[in-house]
Amino acid sequence: MPGLGPTLDEDDAVIRVRGLVTGFGEQIIHDKLDLDVRKGEILGVVGGSGTGKSVLMRAIVGLQSTREGSIKVFGEETRDLDAAAAKDLRRRWGVMFQEGALFSSLSVAENIEVPMREFLDLPEPLMDELAGYKVTMVGLPVEAGPKFPSELSGGMKKRAGLARALSLDPLLLFLDEPTAGLDPISAAAFDELIKVLKETLGLTVFLITHDLDTLHAICDRVAVLADKKVLAVGTIPELLTFDHPWVREYFSGPRGRAAGAGKTKTMEPA
Amino acid sequence: MTTPSIQDSGDNDGGGNTARRLAVSGDLTMDHIAGIVGPLRAITPGGSALAIDLAGIGRIDTSGAWLIHRLVQDWTAAGVPATIENASGDADRLIAQVAANDNPVAIRAVHGNRAIERLDRIGRALYVAVENVGNFLAFLGQTLIVLGQTLIGRRPMRWNAFIHQCEAVGVNAIPIVGLLLFLVGMVVAQQGAVQLRAFGAEVFVVNLIGRSVMRELGILLTAIMVAGRSSSAFAAQIGSMKLNQEVDALHTIGMSPIEVLVVPRVIAMGLMLSMLGFFGSFMAILGGGLFCWISLDIPPVAFFQRLQEVTPLSDLVIGMIKAPIFGVVIAMMGCFQGMQVTGNAESVGERTTRAVVESIFVVIVLDAFFAVFFSALGFN
Ligand SMILES: Nc1ncnc2c1ncn2[C@@H]1O[C@H](COP(=O)(O)OP(=O)(O)OP(=O)(O)O)[C@@H](O)[C@H]1O
Ligand SMILES: [Mg+2]
Repeated sequence: MPGLGPTLDEDDAVIRVRGLVTGFGEQIIHDKLDLDVRKGEILGVVGGSGTGKSVLMRAIVGLQSTREGSIKVFGEETRDLDAAAAKDLRRRWGVMFQEGALFSSLSVAENIEVPMREFLDLPEPLMDELAGYKVTMVGLPVEAGPKFPSELSGGMKKRAGLARALSLDPLLLFLDEPTAGLDPISAAAFDELIKVLKETLGLTVFLITHDLDTLHAICDRVAVLADKKVLAVGTIPELLTFDHPWVREYFSGPRGRAAGAGKTKTMEPA
Repeated sequence: MTTPSIQDSGDNDGGGNTARRLAVSGDLTMDHIAGIVGPLRAITPGGSALAIDLAGIGRIDTSGAWLIHRLVQDWTAAGVPATIENASGDADRLIAQVAANDNPVAIRAVHGNRAIERLDRIGRALYVAVENVGNFLAFLGQTLIVLGQTLIGRRPMRWNAFIHQCEAVGVNAIPIVGLLLFLVGMVVAQQGAVQLRAFGAEVFVVNLIGRSVMRELGILLTAIMVAGRSSSAFAAQIGSMKLNQEVDALHTIGMSPIEVLVVPRVIAMGLMLSMLGFFGSFMAILGGGLFCWISLDIPPVAFFQRLQEVTPLSDLVIGMIKAPIFGVVIAMMGCFQGMQVTGNAESVGERTTRAVVESIFVVIVLDAFFAVFFSALGFN
């Protein structure tokens, strides 16, 4: 099926994965997986639970060892980087983990300041102001700033994790199920935020999600992970024509149809 | 594009309609703004209106937008109009986005007056210490009840956990305990020999080794070693489980954390420390015997014969009474500290340290108590 393949023809892909093989012991998670992420797009990544979305993200950011294949981010092979180049690369991306992964001994605002302190040389008051701004930007109440992660609700942890990922205004953002566990109003506000940041900062987003509304609202393209590969990448209307049982069930099942209908009603005029 | 710079037309002395113009150029991004933060913040409101010209900027991110927004905000708040001119669409959107999220957010909990804070800390420490004692007593009570119920068969014994703990705290400790006590036995023999030689009474080295090791050193050193190894492990294991809400999960499933986590550890430790203590004493005697053989020419047969004559059975019994008690205490201290973990990873570290320090402390205090106690009973 032309047009829905996981690879792009152009050369300016921000992330380029080729022939990736990962696994744990006997279990193979990805088998010769290919994927390209275009500059400035929001790529949604979907797939059933346990198909290896999080593992793929961890492999791209270098937390998961790979068995074969090449992973290029900003045109650089991540595996071959020396320490300085790797650090420079990390400066340019932000990662939000599925579980938040906040530093438990720092307050929320201090968590956000951690990357700033590491990479920038800004005056202390400005850092505090920027951290405060990020706290409200992700929709946390102002009281959340001095709280410790153990004092936050599940959804608040998610937002704090996002704020830390956005701390340095990265060019590339990895989000692992950012809207899971948020109420629908917050989730919509979250979608809007990502969209504004993408359009104003030229952000590229690698977005793992099960949230069909998010897929419809903000994703430029959607990649479907199944059978240890990226089966297809395309816009949702394109994927609707893709002939695979899981894909059909996913987008055309009752929830998929409801989300699609919601989009045509509310989102089109923009 | 490059490092940002600002060009300030200066104040027009409040004269007429001409606004003070501030032309900003360059990249207003996190990596580059450090240089203009000072100059920008130095432009305090006053005089004529301010026009900020953004025609010359390259890239802008939230930090740049924030700086511009704050400048406008400060001036407007002071009653002097400030406007942004020639901003690109994206810059405008970003500044609007930033402005919409300008709320006063505290970064860390505020600290008050220093003296009061010091008093506050002292008071809190006192309170925590008292509370800790209370908590420990509650924990002790619960554990003893569950332990008793387990021993008389009213509660199930967690055999898997028990066997696993026996391996972790007992079997795996054999090499290190054996080596340590062997060396200690040699050192005691050697030092004793040096002193006793002055009286020509070298043969009494055997008495020294036999009695000190069987009654005190063998058990005490093994207990200290095991406390360092295993009470820290208990505290860290249970502590991380608490952080992970695994302990809460046990509760809600209807399993008692004391029964599942604490009791198997306590029983395993009591049993294993008895065996390790016996084994350790044996190794210390071997070490001492080896030294006597090599250095003092006392052959093994003579060594053991004399050992039997001079070491009363009561020494062994006293040692074997102390061992399980030490084991139970060490395990309880470790588990208790693990159960007290709250909040963050730092708390796990702190509680682990306390588990080790306090269990070693308590073991030594108990040992001193037993020494006095058994002497008073007439076992010299
Ligand atoms: N550290 C690990 N050791 C062994 N197996 C692992 C490990 N991490 C993940 N796996 C396995 O890899 C597979 C993919 O896991 P992954 O976390 O990527 O799923 P996912 O697609 O993100 O699912 P979800 O949507 O539920 O988050 C699963 O089968 C999981 O059991
Ligand atoms: Mg996942």
